Amino acid sequence: MRRLKVLYEWFDRRLQLGEPIKEMALHPVPNKTASWWYVFGSAAFVLLMLQIVTGILLALVYVPSAGQAWNSLNVLNHQLTLGWFLRAMHGWGSNFMVAVVLIHMAQVFLFGAYKFPRELTWVLGVFLLLMTLGMAFTGQVLRFDQDAYWGLGIGASIASRVPFVGNWAVHMMLGGPIIAGATLSRFFAFHVFVIPGMLLAFACLHVWMVLKLGINEWPMPGRIVRRATYAAEYHKLTKKDGRAFVPGAVWKDAFFSAAILAAVAVCAAVLGPYGPGGRPDPTIIQTAPKPDFFFLWLYAVLSYLPPSLETPFLLIAPALGIAGLVALPFCAGEGEKSWHRRPVAILMLTSIALAWSVLTHLGTFTPWSPKMTAWSGGSPVPVRYTHDASPLQRQGAIVFQSKQCRNCHSIAGVGGQRGPALDLVASRMTEDQLIRQVLQGGGNMPAYGKNLSPSEVTALVSFLETLHPANEPPAADASRNAAAVLVTPAHQ
Amino acid sequence: MSEEVLLEGHDEEETAPVDELAVSRRWLLLKIGAFFNAVVGVAVAVPVVKYLLSPAKPDGAYKSWVSLGSIDSFPVGETRLAKFTNPVGRAWDGETDRVACWVRRIAQEQFQVFAINCAHLGCPVRWFPQSGLFMCPCHGGAYYADGSRASGPPERGLFTYDTKIVDGDLQIDAGQMPTLSNTAQLVQIQNTPGGSPCAG
Repeated sequence: MRRLKVLYEWFDRRLQLGEPIKEMALHPVPNKTASWWYVFGSAAFVLLMLQIVTGILLALVYVPSAGQAWNSLNVLNHQLTLGWFLRAMHGWGSNFMVAVVLIHMAQVFLFGAYKFPRELTWVLGVFLLLMTLGMAFTGQVLRFDQDAYWGLGIGASIASRVPFVGNWAVHMMLGGPIIAGATLSRFFAFHVFVIPGMLLAFACLHVWMVLKLGINEWPMPGRIVRRATYAAEYHKLTKKDGRAFVPGAVWKDAFFSAAILAAVAVCAAVLGPYGPGGRPDPTIIQTAPKPDFFFLWLYAVLSYLPPSLETPFLLIAPALGIAGLVALPFCAGEGEKSWHRRPVAILMLTSIALAWSVLTHLGTFTPWSPKMTAWSGGSPVPVRYTHDASPLQRQGAIVFQSKQCRNCHSIAGVGGQRGPALDLVASRMTEDQLIRQVLQGGGNMPAYGKNLSPSEVTALVSFLETLHPANEPPAADASRNAAAVLVTPAHQ
Repeated sequence: MSEEVLLEGHDEEETAPVDELAVSRRWLLLKIGAFFNAVVGVAVAVPVVKYLLSPAKPDGAYKSWVSLGSIDSFPVGETRLAKFTNPVGRAWDGETDRVACWVRRIAQEQFQVFAINCAHLGCPVRWFPQSGLFMCPCHGGAYYADGSRASGPPERGLFTYDTKIVDGDLQIDAGQMPTLSNTAQLVQIQNTPGGSPCAG
């Protein structure tokens, strides 16, 4: 023991780190901040460490070459002892890190912790979030499978929409004219050197400021933040109702971080690594590319925006969003911290969370995409739809199936959701309306006038006319009835 | 071991006599040093920036004529998938230097070659001869047989390559991923009812 002490003193005389570390560990924090609500930041930092360690371990094997990356990932998955587990740890660690960073940010926002004097801590946090998302995107590219390839295509298409320098931006992003070897190399450099280096430096600075400025006190309704008095009030609070950071507050961080690490390991062991999916061969076009979980919301937004709004949205919305986040502590740097007195903050947070969840949910089952195999691979038009049908109507059912109508329209619950389900279409559209819709399209439907012969249209519409409930007549044109009434007496 | 005494900054009790001249001389030297660093920094930055920007080339610099094979492999009136190797590539590109495109042979000597990339966000479109449509799996864009926009989020029709026939071979002017910024732009034709945009 005495020897250890001597050894410690020998090092500390040279390093001179003992005193500042002790001061940091024992600095008083408000009693109420020793809460389970305050554990997300440290967990995010621990996850960053996990990503660095597992990332280095994967880099021992991974080959950042467009020709070999996919093969090296398969070697990791199938041939190296526990290579699959490390890939899974890194992949799930990334998911957890994005989630924990977002939860941390929401908590900081809800607790008003971005207010004076912690504005810069928040701004650094915003950059840390952007870098975390940057890591998630570049990491998805390094998986270099079909999804990564076409995901890069989407990225390049977005970059090309920048006015004036679009083509330049695409070349810079891809490292050349197409998605190929140069693209993977530069994403590797960003994922492994540039972003992690900045992420680590910024995260350390972020933690340093948290320790130096003190942990945000528990928000109390009526306890107003004022620039002139805040520092003295905080100091008084930590003196009167405080405890040493170590071990008073930090033990909960330790427990939570361990739990998060265990959760990552369990997910990795049970659910396994992500991909890689299909080979990155651009000539294999039977693919439906989709981004990873955290970009699904954006994928959904891009299908719902009207075409004319898309480019402005893609280029302006991110800039506005980031500017808003950075400006937040400077616009609302003083005042109430408690969520009891900040209804707008609560409303913003819930609407963002709700919008994000709905869009992510939509992104997982993409109702806007045609089901490319619904006409060929799925079940045919069910017998009950054609059992009592005339030959013409049955011919129409064949046209319906073979002309890929079902890729966008479901019938009997099978088919795409791009257009409306057609099980009851005859009860809402007349024969003339159906013919017009088939021939001219409109409302997101292509016109089939050139691709269907008149007899095919007649057959198709006569089949569609049967799609109504048994006890409900099909929709009919009222003026035709009137015409029929007028004509009939003359015949008699 | 514990008795050793290391030099510590605050042990130097004696302060040097204040000498205005000496101090300003040191500051002057530091300023010259900083300036010298700035000059060297700029001199080094120029090649670094040039190196970084080297992939960005003007429109057309990457393009050249590529053969898609004999025109006999494309039946008249049909649309077929064709594959070629990108003319610009590196040894380690693997499969990624391969590119697919849709070839539509309208008449004996008349061809239309469409890029595989959807004009919306670049996903690979698929041809359905039965309904005469190209459909995109990503966000549901659809195009007619002649490449014009049918429905969905794309703002324009499919990107096309310039074609020519040389010694019975179909050639296209290819080399870079077609995007909104490096292909023919949308042209708003004046005086048309509704002013509908066409792919020019």
